[in-house]
This record gives sequence, structure tokens and C-alpha cells, in this order.
Amino acid sequence: MNAIPQLLFDALSLGGIYAMAALGIALIFGVMKLVNFAHGEYIAFCVFALIVPSTDAVAVMFLGKAPAIILIPVLLLIGAAIAVASEFFVFRHMRNATPVAMMISSFALGFVIQNTLLLIYSSRPKAISLWPELNQPVSVAGASIPLLQIIVILTTLLVVVTLALLLKRTRIGLEMRAAAENFTMARLLGVRANAVITGAFALSGALAAAVALIMVTQTGVADIRMGGQIMLVAFIATVIGGLGSLPGAVAAGFLIGAVSVILQGFLPLEVRPFRDAFLYTLVIISLLLRPNGLFAPKSTKPRV
Amino acid sequence: MAQTHKQKRLSAWSTPLLLIGILVLFTLLVTFLGDNSLARMAAQTLIRVTFVVGLWIFVGNSGIVSFGHAGYMAIGAYCSAWLTLRPQMKGMFLPDLWPFLATAEWPVFPAAIVSGLLAACVAMVSGAAILRLSGIAASIATFAFLAIVYTVYSSWEGVTGATSSVVGLTRYADQWITLGWAGATILAATWYANSASGLALRASREDEVAADASGINMYRHRLIALIVSAFFAGVSGALFGHSLGVLNPSSFYLGLTFITLAMLVVGGIGSLTGAVMGVLVLSIIIEALVRMERGLAIGETTYALPTGAQEIIIGVIMILVLILRPAGITGGRELRLRFGGR
Repeated sequence: MNAIPQLLFDALSLGGIYAMAALGIALIFGVMKLVNFAHGEYIAFCVFALIVPSTDAVAVMFLGKAPAIILIPVLLLIGAAIAVASEFFVFRHMRNATPVAMMISSFALGFVIQNTLLLIYSSRPKAISLWPELNQPVSVAGASIPLLQIIVILTTLLVVVTLALLLKRTRIGLEMRAAAENFTMARLLGVRANAVITGAFALSGALAAAVALIMVTQTGVADIRMGGQIMLVAFIATVIGGLGSLPGAVAAGFLIGAVSVILQGFLPLEVRPFRDAFLYTLVIISLLLRPNGLFAPKSTKPRV
Repeated sequence: MAQTHKQKRLSAWSTPLLLIGILVLFTLLVTFLGDNSLARMAAQTLIRVTFVVGLWIFVGNSGIVSFGHAGYMAIGAYCSAWLTLRPQMKGMFLPDLWPFLATAEWPVFPAAIVSGLLAACVAMVSGAAILRLSGIAASIATFAFLAIVYTVYSSWEGVTGATSSVVGLTRYADQWITLGWAGATILAATWYANSASGLALRASREDEVAADASGINMYRHRLIALIVSAFFAGVSGALFGHSLGVLNPSSFYLGLTFITLAMLVVGGIGSLTGAVMGVLVLSIIIEALVRMERGLAIGETTYALPTGAQEIIIGVIMILVLILRPAGITGGRELRLRFGGR
């Protein structure tokens, strides 16, 4: 038993999931100052897209039956589609609204998606087995680690690198960065606002789908409420990373993953059920010390 | 000039009286025309009025959206349960309570006051930290606070019963008691909004920088508003427990946060009238939808909405109101009488 590498891998893989979810939120916040509470429900929606609509306890695979080579791109597309649709039907009409009004409407949208899923699939958690062979342990550096953890870490790296390249090297990426910096100015200089915002939503939805795939493989359960918890953590990651900062969101995602694994590992047994309370207290403390986030970009500082 | 000022003050106080009048009318109508289940619905609605008006004292005046008030409500609800449950029951279900609480058997009214005070104390401590932030960071911090309260209350087995419900609370909170508290909350909200602190806080809501330059200590007034607001959230929690007779931590989490914010937003965050009307309008719609879910007989056939349709429709209404009328149905205006000329 080798505890330290084990903890390290746990921290990296949990942090990877949080980082990807946080990226999805930070992307949208960057271009339109929308704190998207519906992001967790995009994740839940993608999970349920894998199975046949029914209220039974055992899930029958629908899209989940397809081979990985088809399943992964299709699910990413589904994620992108629901995000783009929500932009088209809700947020497009709120371009001039205050950030608070947008935040509350995304909260409402999340509620609508969640209850639609509830209506179709019932609130019972369902057992779902997607690629069970990925949970087999392999031995790395003296610790036995499920193969999936390694895949999660690699996927996160891949996603972050691809996203960085996309943002640095392509036209739409350049436009997105310009829009995140100063949206009005970017529009005046000829950035296509609709293309940028739709692009950001599509990327964000695809990230939600990736998180959904990982969570399903890891836990083997499809639960209506699975989006809520991860959304809350992802939010907190985007805020303490500095709202609007993509590298900050990734770093803070990994940080929260690491802290929660450490708390889980080292808290005395009797207070371990309260782990999340400790985690959120640390979050409030971190916000107090650095109200603009740990890695805040200069543009977030309000100008007078 | 002095004359105009006096008239304005009088007309400001006409708002709470009109609102309380509407609530009294609502309660009378429901009590004399409806059945028992409708009377229970009225009590629930009035508890929500207490909560949402309490929430408005902070959110409406400061402009900061708080996701944490359901946490203050939970604190109040459990405090009242600790104080009023019979000692034998506490020995059985909540064995780890401190000796002072384990033997307490208070009358319900002081228990409600103390519950509110406990919530206010927690607000003082948590607010002292959270309110150093502003804007979205403050909102997210209130969310973190809600998650802390939820985690603690749903894991502290021997003190809160964790996820198994606390049962056996005296069900004294009928529509008349809750009407009394809702009225008191409305009066307190008007008093606060027209006090020096309330005016200063609203100035800071409109323009932080200008208010700061005028010598307003924003942090202090936000904290005062949060403490007053948490008191009423705590009381509404106590009433909630004593109306259903059962307490469970999950009643005070995202669902409640969503529905109460929906009420505030649909009514209009900018005014007290908006807070009260939002609760009344949405509660009536919810009740109608719940009845439709049970089935509505038209002629030979029964039409029923599928279960869960209620939440979806409420969510859609909320989005539509936000898109079409961003300031809510009241648009930030108060219901008030005019005295004299303009």
C-alpha cells in the first residue's frame, strides 16, 4: 500500500473533473458575464441522453450501446446542442440584462431542465454500466489506480491544451479572447458577437458532455441530482480562480480537487462527514483574502 | 416643503397597511370559502411571505442576491425544534443535544423569537466575513454558506437527526399565527427601508462609488440589513417546522432557494410590494397546478398534468418574466396612497 501516489492520483483526477466543469462556466462568463447555473444540468442531461427514457430502476442503454468511436463525438454534440439551444431560447433575449438577472434566469433554466429529466426518467437513481473495464486497477508507481483515473488526467490535459491552442491560434479563439477582455470594444472592432457567444456555449456544452461521460463511467449511476454538486464546486473554482480567467479556472479546479482529497484523507474520522463544510469554509476564507480570485486577470478590476 | 415631506412619509407608511390588508383579505377568503387543505396552503403561503419579505430586507435594499437565506431558515427551524420538543423525544431522537437544550420545554412564542435571534447571530458572524466581498463573489459566498449549513445539518446525527426527519413538533402555526408574523415582517421591512440605514444602503445599491464618496459605510449597513433579514428568515423557519410538524435538512436547500428567489424576481426585487405580490401570485399558481396534477374533471374525462409539470411551468414563467419584464410585475413601484397633491 503506497498512500502518497494514491492520493496524488485521486487529487489529480478529481481536480481534472472540477477543472473541466469550471472551464465550461468560465468560458461563458468570459464572453457575456453570465454565471451559468444551468451548467450542472447540461451534465445531467448528457448522462441521461445515454439511456432509454423510462422510469425503471435499471437503465437500458440507448446511445450508450454505441461503440466509443461514435458515442463520444455524438455525446459531445448533444452537449453542445443543448447549450446552444439554451442560449438561443433564453440568454439571447437577455443580452442587455444585468448579470444578476441573467444569473437568476440560468438558475430557472437549470430547474426546468432538471424537472424535465425528472418527469421523463423519475427521481430514482439508476444503475448504468458504461465501459466497466475502465475501472480495473493498474499498477503505477507502486499504487494501484483505476485505469479511468489515468484517462481522466490525460483527457483533462488534452482538453486544456486543445482549448489553449484554439484560443491562441484560431480566428474564433482570438475573437473570444477579445470579447472576454472588453465585449463592447470587440464588437465595435468587428467581432461577430453571435458567432463568439454561440461558439462559447457550444464549447461549454461539449465540456459538460465530457464531464458527464467521466462521471458515469466512474460512479456507474445516473442520478437527476448529480449535476448540482459538481456545478457548485465548479462555480466556486471559477470564482476563486478569478472570474473570466480560463487558466485560473483550471488551476482552481485542481486546487479544490486536491484540497478535498487531502481533507478526506487526513480529517479525523468523526468529523469526516463534515468534509464539505470545511471545504466551503476554506473557500470563503480564500475569497476574503483575495476577493478578485487567486489568479484574477487585470480586466476584472472594476474601473471608476 | 415640510408639508410635502410629511405627506411623503405618510404615503410611505400606507404601503405596509395596504399589503397587510391584502393578506388579511386573502386569509379570510381562504378560511371561509376553502377546505382544510386550502387553509394549510394559506399558512404555507404566509410563511413564505415572512421569509421572502425577510429576504427582501437584505436583497432588495442592498442589491446583492443571497442564496444563503434558506440556511438561516434551517437554523431557525431546528432551534425552535430543540427548544420546544418534549424532553423524552429529544432523548430518543437527538441524544447528543447539550444538557440545557435536552431538558428545555419552552412555550412556542419565545422559542420562535429565540430562533430568529440565533439566525441573526449566525448572520452577524457569517455576514461579517461574506459582506467584505461585493457583487457576484458575495453571491457565490452566500451559496457556499448555504452548502455549509446543509452539510452540517444533514450530517450531525445526534443533534439534528441528520437526514432522518425530526418529527413531533407542535403544529400551532395555522393561517392566523402566520398572518400575524407576516404582518410584523412587513412592518419591520418598511421601518428598515425608511430608516437612515436603509436609505444609505439603497444609495449604495444604486451606485457604490458615489455612496462611498458621500461617506456611507456600505459594509456596516449591509451587515445591519443582513442581521434584520436573517432574524425573520429564522422565524419563518420556526413557523415552517411548526406548520408541517416535520423537519428535514433537504427542505432548506436548493428547491426552497429557487422557489423563493423566483417569487422575489417575479414580483420585482425593487419593491416591498413586489416581494409580497410575488409570493401571492406564484403560490396561487402553484396551488392551481398542484390541483391540476391531481386531475381536473371536464365533462366525462379527467385531464391531469404529469407530476413535475408544476416546477417546469414555474421555471418557464420565471424566465419569461425576466425576459419580458426584467424588473418584475411591479416594476419596482410600491402600492401606496397619495395624500394631498403631488
